[in-house]
Amino acid sequence: MTAVGPAARNAADPARAASGEPGQDVAGGPGEKAPLGRSVAVGPALQPTLAELSRPGRGGGKVPHPPADALDGVPPELRRRQPLALPELSEPEVIRHFVNLSQLNYAVDTGFYPLGSCTMKYNPKINEWAARLAGFAALHPLAPDELAQGTLALLWELEQWLAEISGMAAVSLQPAAGAQGELTGILMIRAHHRARGDEGRREVIVPDSSHGTNPATASMAGFRAVTVRSNDRGEVDLDALRAALGAQTAAVMLTNPSTLGLFETRIDELLAAVHEAGALAYMDGANMNAVLGRFKPGRAGFDVMHFNTHKTFSTPHGGGGPGAGPVAVNETLLPYLPGPRVLRGDDGSFRLERQDERTTSIGRVRSYAGSVGVLVRAYAYLLAHGGPGLRQVSEDAVLAANYLKSRVAQAYELPYPQACKHEFVASARRLRSETGVRMLDVAKRLIDYGFHPPTIYFPLTVEESMLVEPTETESVETLDRFADALLAIAEEARSDPQALHDAPRAAPVRRLDEATAARQPDLRWRPMTGAEPVCPS
Amino acid sequence: MAYSPHTEQDRARMLAALGLQSVEQLFEDIPADLRANGLDLPDAQPELSLAMHLEALAARNRIGLASFLGAGAYRHHIPPTVDQVLSRGEFYTSYTPYQPEISQGTLQSIYEFQSLIAELTGLDVVSASHYDGGAATAEAALMTVRATRRERVLASRAIHRHYLDTTRTYFEGAGIQLDELPTDASGRTDLAALERELADAARPVAGVLLGQPNAFGILEQMDEGARLAHAAGALFVAVVEPVSLAVLATPADYGADICVGEGQPLGIALQYGGPYLGLLAARSVLVRQVPGRLVGRTTDIDGRRAYVMTLRAREQDIRRDKAASNICTNQALCALAATVYLATLGPHGLRDVAALGAARARELEATLAAAGAPRVHDGPYLNEFAVRVPDARSVHAELLGRGVLAGLPLADWYPADPALADALLVCATEVTTASEIQHFGAALAEVLA
Amino acid sequence: MQVPDDLHYTDDHEWLRREGEEATVGITAYAASELGDVVFVELPAVGATLEAAQSFGVIESVKTASDLYSPLAGEVVAVNEKLAERPELVNEDPYGEGWMIRLRLAEPAATDGLKDAQAYRQLIEAG
Repeated sequence: MTAVGPAARNAADPARAASGEPGQDVAGGPGEKAPLGRSVAVGPALQPTLAELSRPGRGGGKVPHPPADALDGVPPELRRRQPLALPELSEPEVIRHFVNLSQLNYAVDTGFYPLGSCTMKYNPKINEWAARLAGFAALHPLAPDELAQGTLALLWELEQWLAEISGMAAVSLQPAAGAQGELTGILMIRAHHRARGDEGRREVIVPDSSHGTNPATASMAGFRAVTVRSNDRGEVDLDALRAALGAQTAAVMLTNPSTLGLFETRIDELLAAVHEAGALAYMDGANMNAVLGRFKPGRAGFDVMHFNTHKTFSTPHGGGGPGAGPVAVNETLLPYLPGPRVLRGDDGSFRLERQDERTTSIGRVRSYAGSVGVLVRAYAYLLAHGGPGLRQVSEDAVLAANYLKSRVAQAYELPYPQACKHEFVASARRLRSETGVRMLDVAKRLIDYGFHPPTIYFPLTVEESMLVEPTETESVETLDRFADALLAIAEEARSDPQALHDAPRAAPVRRLDEATAARQPDLRWRPMTGAEPVCPS
Repeated sequence: MAYSPHTEQDRARMLAALGLQSVEQLFEDIPADLRANGLDLPDAQPELSLAMHLEALAARNRIGLASFLGAGAYRHHIPPTVDQVLSRGEFYTSYTPYQPEISQGTLQSIYEFQSLIAELTGLDVVSASHYDGGAATAEAALMTVRATRRERVLASRAIHRHYLDTTRTYFEGAGIQLDELPTDASGRTDLAALERELADAARPVAGVLLGQPNAFGILEQMDEGARLAHAAGALFVAVVEPVSLAVLATPADYGADICVGEGQPLGIALQYGGPYLGLLAARSVLVRQVPGRLVGRTTDIDGRRAYVMTLRAREQDIRRDKAASNICTNQALCALAATVYLATLGPHGLRDVAALGAARARELEATLAAAGAPRVHDGPYLNEFAVRVPDARSVHAELLGRGVLAGLPLADWYPADPALADALLVCATEVTTASEIQHFGAALAEVLA
Repeated sequence: MQVPDDLHYTDDHEWLRREGEEATVGITAYAASELGDVVFVELPAVGATLEAAQSFGVIESVKTASDLYSPLAGEVVAVNEKLAERPELVNEDPYGEGWMIRLRLAEPAATDGLKDAQAYRQLIEAG
């Protein structure tokens, strides 16, 4: 039996943000200390479901009633066979339900969210305002080009800006998320090799520290994922990469700066090795927030990369989505970009490429032009900063990460002590061996102190790891409070380890029974059709 | 800086703590010859100029026409409750609920979304992870391949062109064959052709995809499609429009194994194409084949009801190259929009939206027929249908000049089909007014005269 | 950690119990404990033919997924259907009710490549 992922040593808990251990003795939790972060008021009680709140006859008044013969054109056998059972609530109840639910969430707007690899920076409010402007929001995706000149101009300009930031030749804004950008990039690489008649390249190489999406993307695109190890400095091992490369290699996917928050200092040699083998180099741009205006992947020799607009360009994370994952390519891959592209005519007007206008394209990766509402926000962010402003963003993000790292080092190990970029890895390995407290417990205790925990147990290559990314939008006072909390928790691990095992206490719920959730999945409330009221009044 | 709290003193303090003279020292790990020296971008704009610039851009789009354009993205009344809830920072500035103890709002809302879509479709497993109707269709087609270990999928040509194109792109990587089924004069998929294709034992079929309503707006014989697919050991996938499920037979009613669709009509603005919401629901037996995040109900250690992402070990961050999909997103905020929309409208409101659209479409049909544009197909429809207009593309362009967006010239999607060269696909919804319909009819009559 | 003397073991923490021409296969108590709460076991179809060291399934805990490897070559003659409903049996009784597959061995004598209990104990103590 071997772990499917690369790090069997972390097998007990390799994913970020891990589970609780249900069934522990919870008696005698300690009194709460004064929180160092935001107020940890528990907020409202947990909410009943919409189904439980439903009472027949409530709601209505939103749209006019249709004429009685409205559905006469629909043959009876094609009509719904049971009555539609949806919850019935009045508007005030709907609003109260969702506002109360919202208050059970931690968010960037409520506190510090140092989730490594996710770049939880502040989401500017003008971006939200802009995306809701009727001209943008009400435009139909198949509107003829002449009706869409404002949006097309915005998309075209954004493409140029992202090309400049990436140092690449061209950009497609179509991919709906980073993972879809990866798929797009790898499919373009596949098309490139095929166009050269080189069908024997069946492998994609990924480092052991890569995001899980990288090997999953390789598989989805029909390749075999091959993992290469990192060296002691946390960088891709050049010799291991050379050994893995060959005539069977289609692409190498690198994240730079890496998921350890480190710049690949031998990136020029890595890229030379990739190209020498006839393979192409994909850059996972998840960590671009560290190097804006400092490092242009295309100029360095990468062939294709994606951006995560929700990481680098401040578009909101939305509880997990929606995102957007623009891809940038060099001249080699330009013919394969997904369609339709945005084109500018000699007269300065814009249009979308027509179906089949460019036969080399890999085709569509989703419907319509892309997550345009997200891209409007990214556009507003870029224009609010300009070139020097973006460079300052990266400087502040890197400075904040290094400062925080230097403070955290007082109680946690730093497997890679060199200067980091926008995020850093620390480990609770020593703390665990001395106290039995795991990084999971430290993370849960941070919740009691009013902070969102960092990413934990990722990257998989470091034991008891946390990956901390402060971003550039957190004040030095916030960074200090967070560091103070981490140091205080390390003290507690020695003086009162049970406080950590019992954490969180100051959250709407405590640790969850995830085993039962997975063994007996309960993925929906029980059908309302014909059901007795769940919660009789 | 626009959103940075750091003063020069703050920066100096942090540098001093690190024993550094300059922030440049933190970038010395970038090889010297690869260091970029800034960015050639437009100058930074203060908020006021930025706002004026964005307003001007938005104003260059023309949205005020009488629009009969649907083709997979529909104008609807979006109750203001939706945007009020979506504007809560607690929702839109949070991330994937990795820490369930402080993410119950997002988690419960996804669980409620799953439950509501399960009520609508009759299928019990719902994922909130999918980007749009196109990507959801591609993922569903891949599910049929994994579940049956067969490598050929049949899809009606009357499925949204972008969904078929997206599926073809996804299949290219996986080396799977996608064959399109023809349609007949009624506008329905030719089920005799489906039966013939399914009978080819040398090329066993993993999944059969039909749209309901289909890309011509026509209602298919889904019962029969599902029966034929199942008889051949294939899975049956319904590509649906969610509002229509308030009045049409559910995918569970006609035996679909998987149902996909575009969730945009459920309270999401048109936004020139996204972000949207891929709906994907499946029968319980397929739960492990469903890509993306799933939220389950459980308890915390004090026995309180709570929600958590579950069946996580199927996913890319754990299974890496052996995951069913690389999907990482959950399209949570769009799923939240759909959840608030359905909660606000309730069962009667949603039925009224669907039925009112159907009623308006019948008025539209009569008006256009009177103006000289009869229907192309004779199959039943709900709120979208194709009409025949000589020289459809130029008529469409002339109508734009008269303030009418006359749907989609179907030649855009079927350039090789002479039977659709003069077809316009038009739709009506509850927001379509009688005067817009009259305007369209009058303008069309003028153009055709 | 329990390591029964009468079983054969692999480096990947599977055990094998020989019963004449056939053998039962599962994972060790050590492996089950390292995984934590097992939530799902994916097993092959009866009739599948396996090579030695070939993957025959996947075991999932809340946040891990691991491949299962066949200790020896053979044909799958039975799988533990109970694990579909009660995957926790792997944690509760790894050498008994938590068994996974039963093989008709291709070469019943070919146990040379496997570890005995003593050698397996050393393996897990070395970490």
